[in-house]
Amino acid sequence: MTDEPLLRVRSISKFYGNRIGCNDISFDLWPGEVLAVVGESGSGKTTLLNCLSTRLLPTSGTVSYRMRDGAFHDLYRMSEAERRFLMRTDWGFVHQNPSDGLRMTVSAGANVGERLMAVGQRHYGDIRATATDWLGRVEISSDRIDDQPRAFSGGMRQRLQIARNLVTGPRLVFMDEPTGGLDVSVQARLLDLLRGLVHELGLSAIVVTHDLAVARLLSHRMIVMKDGHVVESGLTDRVLDDPQAPYTQLLVSSILQV
Amino acid sequence: MNAHTDNIAQYNFAYLDEQTKRMIRRAILKAIAIPGYQVPFASREMPMPYGWGTGGVQVTASVIGTDDVLKVIDQGADDTTNAVSIRAFFQKVANVEVTTHTADATIIQTRHRIPEEPLNAGQVLVYQVPIPEPLRFLEPRETETRKMHALEEYGLMHVKLYEDIAQHGHIATTFAYPVKVEGRYVMDPSPTPKFDNPKMHMSKALQLFGAGREKRIYAVPPYTRVESLDFEDHPFEVQTFDEPCALCGGTDVYLDEVVLDDRGGRMFVCSDTDNCEARRAEGHRGHLSGEEAAT
Ligand SMILES: [Zn+2]
Repeated sequence: MTDEPLLRVRSISKFYGNRIGCNDISFDLWPGEVLAVVGESGSGKTTLLNCLSTRLLPTSGTVSYRMRDGAFHDLYRMSEAERRFLMRTDWGFVHQNPSDGLRMTVSAGANVGERLMAVGQRHYGDIRATATDWLGRVEISSDRIDDQPRAFSGGMRQRLQIARNLVTGPRLVFMDEPTGGLDVSVQARLLDLLRGLVHELGLSAIVVTHDLAVARLLSHRMIVMKDGHVVESGLTDRVLDDPQAPYTQLLVSSILQV
Repeated sequence: MNAHTDNIAQYNFAYLDEQTKRMIRRAILKAIAIPGYQVPFASREMPMPYGWGTGGVQVTASVIGTDDVLKVIDQGADDTTNAVSIRAFFQKVANVEVTTHTADATIIQTRHRIPEEPLNAGQVLVYQVPIPEPLRFLEPRETETRKMHALEEYGLMHVKLYEDIAQHGHIATTFAYPVKVEGRYVMDPSPTPKFDNPKMHMSKALQLFGAGREKRIYAVPPYTRVESLDFEDHPFEVQTFDEPCALCGGTDVYLDEVVLDDRGGRMFVCSDTDNCEARRAEGHRGHLSGEEAAT
């Protein structure tokens, strides 16, 4: 890890009228670090994710990102063109529902190749070779490259969405309940795959989940949210093995009883 | 226009009122200033249904003057029902001279073709456009496609071409083949065959596109670069035909297939009927022209 974070989050708040979406959240995300944002529905974790990924304008606070040239840029002072370019090159966003992140009516190969074409690749053979390689890395057989994701299982769709995001070699990936809609056995395989890719590529990631097992398996550090506030944060193993906040204790004890 | 007041008292010259024409001309001027950019305009009801060229008719009605000579083609032919009725419409509401000869026309309204004979400076080609948005195939949201044009995010166009090659082994799009105008805006040339795309490039004529139902006008000014999108390893190619025109023997022209009988007999003839007739008048003959070639 370098001596500078990749993402600096300072006092991010989002209010909907009087209602709190998330309140006064600050942290740094380091290169190669996976941060889990854990909470129940309504805790503000998705609002926070959307504020960090420029999908939702925060009411106050700043988010700055260290670009490849080393300079920090305030995300909300960038032009929309710069933000959108960042989102399809140096960032990824994995949606809970793969159909939100895939083009369901074009082939798997085109889904993976789209980002390459968006940044100007114009050699069909090269694009197809890269797509084939990425399908392999997410354990999708290369003979499915011309099939549409409509014909894929839920787990395959999610793996395709991951390949589509990673093909441009992003440094930061946002994930919103990445294993959310999947069967338990499929979840385990996907988590294994994700953990392998994150490690191999040295990705930084912010993973929103209500599932402490996902946080345990994927993340180095976690923050626990309730009612829009951070109630606890720290190294994942520490938080899960020795929770300090009463709310975290409740969350941990509730899964241990199962 | 006083001379015609008796006959067409209920109409203004060229049907549209002057205020509407001014509004459409402003849209046209803006479209010319930003080649390939789709300019919204307040499309008016015309005495013909949408899908029958209302966009092109409004553009023509806004630029036509008493000295203009109008040619109207549909599928390359001057004598199809749609072409005949639009021509008759302008004869009635503008009393302008009409022609079938490409070289004699000052305004040519078209639905599917660009004439084979190269156009000249001073000529205006008006296209009737059904769907102006080239990105709609993969992105139905208008707010998003507008943003993609504004930010020059055109990766999706290549996704479409990629799919073509993946499915067919080559770029199978033959009509409405997307182009980039002056290195900036991606544009749908409307239902013209890709055979005609190279004619748009650096054309001496002014090209105007009107989409009535979708309320959009766009333009390619004279001497503007118009490049068909492609891949390095699958470059753009126009259709080629295995045989020459059966009537005039023309090659390097766009041919239509005509069924001759119910035993599978067929022939290929020029889609541009004016060009075919002109060639025959010059003595060119095809193998089914029924006359001996002039010697
Ligand atoms: Zn001919």
